[in-house]
Amino acid sequence: MTLAPFGRRLAPLVENRRIGAYQLLIVDDPDGPRDPQPGQFYMLATEERWGAGEGERPYLPRAFSFARAREGRLWFLLEDIGPGTHRLAQVGEGENLWITGPLGIGFDEPAGRPLLVGGGIGAAPLLCLQDQLGPETKVLLGFRSADHAEAANLFAGEPQIATDDGSVGKHALVTELLREELDLRPPTSGLRPTVYSCGPPPMLEAVRALASERGVAAQLALESGMACGFGACFGCVVPTKDGYVRLCVDGPVLDAADLVPGGVGH
Amino acid sequence: MVDLCGVQLRGPVLNGSGTYDAIAARRAFGDELLERFPFDCFVSKTITLAPRQGNPPPRLWETPAGLINSIGLPNKGLAGFLAEDLPKLAELPVPLCVSVMGFDHDELNELVATVGACDEVALMELNFSCPNVETGLIMGADPAETAAAVEALRPLTQKPLIVKLTPNATEPAAVARAAEAAGADGVSLINTLKGMALDPKTHEPWLGGTTGGVSGPAVRAIALEQVHSVSKAVQLPVIGMGGIASGRDAADFLTAGATCVAVGTESFRDPAAGARIGAELRALSRKEREFSSGAVR
Repeated sequence: MTLAPFGRRLAPLVENRRIGAYQLLIVDDPDGPRDPQPGQFYMLATEERWGAGEGERPYLPRAFSFARAREGRLWFLLEDIGPGTHRLAQVGEGENLWITGPLGIGFDEPAGRPLLVGGGIGAAPLLCLQDQLGPETKVLLGFRSADHAEAANLFAGEPQIATDDGSVGKHALVTELLREELDLRPPTSGLRPTVYSCGPPPMLEAVRALASERGVAAQLALESGMACGFGACFGCVVPTKDGYVRLCVDGPVLDAADLVPGGVGH
Repeated sequence: MVDLCGVQLRGPVLNGSGTYDAIAARRAFGDELLERFPFDCFVSKTITLAPRQGNPPPRLWETPAGLINSIGLPNKGLAGFLAEDLPKLAELPVPLCVSVMGFDHDELNELVATVGACDEVALMELNFSCPNVETGLIMGADPAETAAAVEALRPLTQKPLIVKLTPNATEPAAVARAAEAAGADGVSLINTLKGMALDPKTHEPWLGGTTGGVSGPAVRAIALEQVHSVSKAVQLPVIGMGGIASGRDAADFLTAGATCVAVGTESFRDPAAGARIGAELRALSRKEREFSSGAVR
């Protein structure tokens, strides 16, 4: 894991681009480390008008895995779904963000043939992981619709796509693509796959169950509401076989084998 | 320097118990945390005699300018704290205050006697006021209960005992007076206010623990009034907290009668908030502070 500079720092927004249903925010982070690990995350807020919105929210910073780190710039992918993401989606060039990070423990170095499986906005941390592993790395992505699936264009090569409405790619859940992939390459056929996955809780639960059933190693980047991101508030716990762990300091990437059924966050 | 119950601090800014895990923060930020440590005294998360897992998630809900938490005092228990956490907390560059909670007098006695015998510990805070645990509420909400507990604990240690007051009491000043008469060395307030949120989709309680405690700027005005009324009621040093987010806020609490202030939820927004608030407080003119300190009695 890469350590974070202590405290939050200002990062000017360089670009806020619409990518289908999502926003891509690119910020300058000259004072941050150049080598955040895929799966690590940052806490983001805007410098101005964070709070004083409708209902005096947002108030707390929001946690986002970084999607890419290049030349001192950080990429974040987000969807406008609540007061925090709504404000972030509106940020204009030249405005500043408050950022803290990189935080948490990201993906381990691959032990087998890596297989990246993303759902929706959960594609974000897989992008920098593919950057690190190489463009030939196999990527399976699931989205609600073609509009959301535009995020797949950020990846190298040709990711396999599934959509809930069938508007692009296969009309299926991404876990069906994963099942087919595992059927094609059973564990006995050469290098064993390791699944790297991020997505909504029901999808991660399905990935966990499938990996367990097939005896395949899986690392899951989980999500839970966070107030602080650095272990202070004890709010972001998920149940594991060793009891509750804080996703912000013991995750957000956890080994699927350590999780309990149904315990992939909320 | 600030004198808190005979312990000399480099400044008046503490953390609220349970709002900062210095050990986890050091994992995230490395030794830069120690070099730029944001508090003048570190208050531990509350420890109990037996280990606790804490409440089921979800544990957090954002409110207008604040937060409801339903954490449920997860901790390693006394033995785990002494073996694993205390040696690491002793490496912090500031005095250590350990917060304890017992579910009966025997537990409290063992916690205070054992923790009080540790050289690494400068002060102890008695958490009688956590709103998530029924017994805590009863003890801290009632002057006679508080007095009985403090009287039993007083002979067990030479270390200063600070009673954390709950705002969920009819008259916190009456509890503070009872703590003072029973031999407490200081009081700290406020703890979180009881609160609740409903899931917008299911209309069921959002928090795994059903109810939680509200903190952040949303509670600051309530906290300031309670610090003021308690400061008038007792001679003891008062540690004031509740939504402090700036040096100006901290100065208000000192003006209302507090000796020290504590930063809690603001640290969630910025891990270094305590240092910023301390610097902002120092930057307020000396004249203003001399004029205002303790002025509103």
